Amino acid sequence: MRVLALIKRIMLQLLRDKRTMALLFFAPLIVLTLMYFFFNGDNDNPQLGVVGGNEALVAALENASIDVVSYDEADDQTIITDELDGLLEISEGDFQITLENNDPSTSRALLMQVTQAASMQAGAGAPASIDAEYIYGDADTEFFDVLGPILVGFFVFFFVFLISGIGLLKERVSGTLERLLATPIRRWEIVLAYLTGFGIFAIIQTIIVVFYSIQVLDMVMVGQVWHVIVVNLMLALVALSLGILLSTFASSEFQMVQFIPIVVVPQIFFAGIIPLGGMAEWLQNVSRIMPLYYAADALKAIMYRGEGLADVASNLLALAAFAAVFIFLNIIALKRNRKL
Amino acid sequence: MDNSISINKLSKVYGKTSVLHEVDLQVAGGEVFGLIGPSGSGKTTLVKMIVGIDSPSGGTVDVLGKRVPNLSLLQDIGYMAQSDALYPELTGRENLSFFASLYKMKKTLLKERIAYAADLVQLTDELGKKVSAYSGGMKRRLSLAIALVHDPQILILDEPTVGIDPELRLSIWKELMLLKREQGKTIIVTTHVMDEAEKCDRIAMVREGGILAAGTPDELKLAYGAADLEGVFLQAGRDAR
Repeated sequence: MRVLALIKRIMLQLLRDKRTMALLFFAPLIVLTLMYFFFNGDNDNPQLGVVGGNEALVAALENASIDVVSYDEADDQTIITDELDGLLEISEGDFQITLENNDPSTSRALLMQVTQAASMQAGAGAPASIDAEYIYGDADTEFFDVLGPILVGFFVFFFVFLISGIGLLKERVSGTLERLLATPIRRWEIVLAYLTGFGIFAIIQTIIVVFYSIQVLDMVMVGQVWHVIVVNLMLALVALSLGILLSTFASSEFQMVQFIPIVVVPQIFFAGIIPLGGMAEWLQNVSRIMPLYYAADALKAIMYRGEGLADVASNLLALAAFAAVFIFLNIIALKRNRKL
Repeated sequence: MDNSISINKLSKVYGKTSVLHEVDLQVAGGEVFGLIGPSGSGKTTLVKMIVGIDSPSGGTVDVLGKRVPNLSLLQDIGYMAQSDALYPELTGRENLSFFASLYKMKKTLLKERIAYAADLVQLTDELGKKVSAYSGGMKRRLSLAIALVHDPQILILDEPTVGIDPELRLSIWKELMLLKREQGKTIIVTTHVMDEAEKCDRIAMVREGGILAAGTPDELKLAYGAADLEGVFLQAGRDAR
């Protein structure tokens, strides 16, 4: 079959290009790791003071890489003098946590881990409700924590966009695309083969990035891993179809790179790194045409708030719509070369 | 013999520049037809429109009785582009079998054809090498093998012998003649080398988007009172002015 022949060739070509393979698979990990160190200066395990906790709970907390210090009695001042990150007080099944919140990302992670440990304790049925108080800032201080999911999505988007775009561009520039169109191959077969060929690499990249972020970098992860992968795969499909579409409008690799500040960089701003709620209304509307906005929203919901795929269905739908439009435009764009 | 390729009032305009202007051309089945002209004369645009990978601004092209562009027609056309459209990361064999597998062909036949095409251009021993390690002439030969690999009825070769040494050029022309004689293939060749033009059954002199003259080499020499085709070309050019 023609599509299979084309997929095989695309994959073979990419496999022979070791530098590009390295860029695709390792560059995101390197950048994510750097980001991790920048935003998590304090690498120590969080220190949690516990008042009135039983042994099982302490064990569960320690399992979650929390250094537990047990107290008989403690208050806010204890947190400051003993340099604790938080204080968990339990009385009659009520959980009350006070967070130092000097570093919001630590607080957030700590609260997340304590909630997880506590709900495990309470049994599957009723998750324990935890009242949180903050010594500095409040619950909305979540800047760096939301960054993680957004960055995962961003890197998947960026590298898939670049490599697929340049892949088809090379084919245009070298004349092989024209040569390809002098065979009885159909335009949709070319687009399908490109989506599949590069898609397979995008899947591998997505899985590597997601697992690295969660397992190695310990990114906040409340929801299901495979939900994260599903969202990222949809995003990768959008990046793939957009990349090969924009390659139509570039006549060299350099011109393809010029799309980065126009197409890729603005998406970071609209993806929620800067809270959108405070933006002018027209700016908020602009975010609606940014694929990364939907992906970041879904990733935040899953990784940070522990929601499921059903909760982010509208985001997934939006991404699917983007991909469908781009794929359709791709088939049309090839008409420039051959009418049929 | 009936016309294998029939071109009617074919025009091509890019933006404001006219590349081809109302070209009429008939190519009979089983002949070697040469398009002779300097670079920039519109030869490449003309052959691309015959293949169907460029769309005319006006006029029509019919190949084997079918209106171009036509997908099923591409099965019968072997096209060799002016620039070597090859994948440098892949080996010669991988390039050849990739393009071959885009055509409708049985697996066993496909293998045979790959071996035949490689042998024809004397690349059999080099097929395992990556194309990035090929010389210019080897790339040209591989492109020719790719054009031949699916056993097309019509071969359209855009400057097939550029960068190929004289010995191999001679053997390629011998093979083209053989393909014509024994398999009745129709071959269109563009060139700006006059001694290659001599080998064609009929030629058309292309200049500035139009055809100055067409006929057999001998007819043209007679008509323009020139000793060789170069003379014909110069004379036809002066007459057109």
